[in-house]
Amino acid sequence: MRSRVRLLVLVVILAVVLYPLVWMVATSFKSPSEIASNIGLIPREFTPGNFSDGWHKFDVGFGRFFVNSALVAGLTVVGNTVSCLLAAYAFGRLRFRLRGFWFAIMIGTLLLPGHVLIIPQYILFRNLGWVGGGFPYLPLLVPHFLATEAFFVFLMVQFMRGIPRELDEAAVIDGASAFSIFRHVILPLSRPALVTTAIFSFIWTWNDFFRQLVYLSELRDYTVPVALTLFIDSTSESSVGPMFAMSLLSLIPVFLFFVAFQKMLVEGINTSGLKG
Amino acid sequence: MTTASTPVRPAPPVPAEAARGRGGRRRRDNLSGYLFLSPWLLGLLGITAIPMLISLYLSFTDYSPLISLGEANWVGLDNYRRMFTADPSYWHAVRVTVIFAVVATPLKLAAALGVALLLNRTLRGISLFRGLFYLPSLLGGSVAVAIVWRSMFNREGAFNSFLGWFGIHGTPWVNDPFWALPTLMLLAIWQFGAPMVIFLAGLKQVPGELYEAASVDGAGAWRQFRHITLPMLSPVIFFNLVLETIHGFQGFTAAFVLSGGTGGPVDSTLMYTLDLYIKGFTQLDMGYASAMAWVFLVVVGLITAVLFSTGRFWVHYSDAEER
Repeated sequence: MRSRVRLLVLVVILAVVLYPLVWMVATSFKSPSEIASNIGLIPREFTPGNFSDGWHKFDVGFGRFFVNSALVAGLTVVGNTVSCLLAAYAFGRLRFRLRGFWFAIMIGTLLLPGHVLIIPQYILFRNLGWVGGGFPYLPLLVPHFLATEAFFVFLMVQFMRGIPRELDEAAVIDGASAFSIFRHVILPLSRPALVTTAIFSFIWTWNDFFRQLVYLSELRDYTVPVALTLFIDSTSESSVGPMFAMSLLSLIPVFLFFVAFQKMLVEGINTSGLKG
Repeated sequence: MTTASTPVRPAPPVPAEAARGRGGRRRRDNLSGYLFLSPWLLGLLGITAIPMLISLYLSFTDYSPLISLGEANWVGLDNYRRMFTADPSYWHAVRVTVIFAVVATPLKLAAALGVALLLNRTLRGISLFRGLFYLPSLLGGSVAVAIVWRSMFNREGAFNSFLGWFGIHGTPWVNDPFWALPTLMLLAIWQFGAPMVIFLAGLKQVPGELYEAASVDGAGAWRQFRHITLPMLSPVIFFNLVLETIHGFQGFTAAFVLSGGTGGPVDSTLMYTLDLYIKGFTQLDMGYASAMAWVFLVVVGLITAVLFSTGRFWVHYSDAEER
C-alpha cells in the first residue's frame, strides 16, 4: 500500500515537471486566437501553419539556421573527441616530465568559469580576423580542437585509468611504440568514453547560446538558439505560435539523442561525476 | 607468440630502442607524452592562459573594441573603483546572482534528493522515471525552454490560467520586479534531474545492513535518514553542492531570454554574467567588463575554496571510499 502512495506521488511530480514541455507541444499546434482563449492542452483545431510561418518568419529560413547549428555541433563533436582523447591518453597512460603539474592545471581549468575569458578571447579572435570572417564559426570551433573542454579530458582520463596496465606492458614488450599502443590498445577500448563525450558535446553545443550570441552577427550565420531570440523582440500575439513551433523543432535533435542514448547519458553523469 | 605450427624463424635483430636501454625508453615517453599533450598545451596557452593575462591587463584600461589594443589608456584602478562605488547596476547584479545561487541551489538539491529518495525505494519503472525526470536537465539550458518559460509566466500564460481555476488573479510574473527572479529560479530548480541521478547512484552505495541494524534498534524513518542516509550521502551532496553552486553563478541564457536581454524589470534578473555581457558587448566597455570578469573569477574561486574547507566538517568519507 505504501508503495502505491509513493508511486502516486511520483506520478504527480512527474506530471508537473513534464507539463511545460507538453504545453509547449500543444501550443505549437494552436492558432493565434486559440492560444489566447483555449487554456486546455488539446488544440480544438490543429494548426500546422505555425511551423511554416515560423520557418519563413525571417529573411533567412530556419533551414539555414538548422544547418548552421548542425555544422557547429558536428565539428565540435569531432574536435572534442579527438583532442580530448589525445590529451587524456597523455595524462592517463604516458609518463613524462611535469605530468602531475599539467594535470593539476587541467583540473584547475575544470572550475574556470568560461565567461571570464570571453572578452580577451573575443579580442584575440577579432585580431586574427576570425570574427565575422569568411568562416564565422572559427571562434566557436578552434577552442574545441585544442581540448579546452577539460571536463571531457577528465572523463576520458578516468576511463583510461580503468583499462588494465598489463595490456600496455605486453605491447611494450612486443616493441610497440606509444603511438601504436594508442592506436591498437587504447583507442578501441575507449569507445564508451568517446561516445559519451560525443553525445554530451553535441547536446551542450546545440543548446549553447552565450558564445554563439557573442560571435555571430550576420543573420545568415545565425545558429538556431540565436535565431530564436529574434522572436523575443517581436511580441505580437500572432508570433507566439510560430515561436513555439520553432522552439519545439529546435529541441527535437536533443530529444532524439535522449531517446536513443537515455541509459548511456544517465550512466555518463554517474561515472564522470562519482569516480572523481 | 610462436605456436607449434609456425616454423622457427631466426631471431630478429634486437630493436634499437631496447638496446638503448631504460634511459632511452624514458626519453621517448617524454617525447610522445608531449606530442599527445600538444593540442591541449596549445589550447591552455592560446585560449586560456594568455587571454587571462590580457584580460587582467585590460581591466586596468579603458579599452573598447572601437580602438586598437595599443590605443587603450591605462586607467589604474578606476574600473575597480567605479565597480564598487559608482555603478549601482553592478551591485544589483551581485545581489541578484547571490540570491539566485543561495536560494535556488539548495532548493534544487532538496528537490533532487527528495525525488531520489522516493525513487530509490521504488522497484518498478525506476529507469523510466529516472530518464523522464532527467529530461529537463538536458533541455532546460536552451533558449527554446527559456522562451516557453517566459510565455508560461506571462500575464496570459498557462500559470495564470491555472491560478484562475482557484479564482486567483495572478500577476505577469516575468514582468514583476519581485517575481521575475523567483520565476528564473524555478526554471533552474525544474532541472533537478541531473543532481537527482547522481544522488540515486549514491543511495545505491549505502549498505542495506545499516538500515536493518537501525530498525532492530528501533530507529524510525527520520532518524534513519538523519543518521544513516545523510552522512553516507554527504560526499555526493558535497559534489552536487559545489557543481550546482558554480553552475548557479553562471546562469546567463534564461536571464537573457526572460528579460529580453536587459536583466529587467528594474535589474531584477540582472545576473552577473548578463551584466558582464551588456557592459562588454552592448556598451562596448571592455576594460570595465574585464575588471568585472576578474572579480567574478576571484569570488567564484573563493566560494569554491570555502565550500571545500567547510566540507571537512560535514562530509563523511567511509573507509570503503578511502581505500
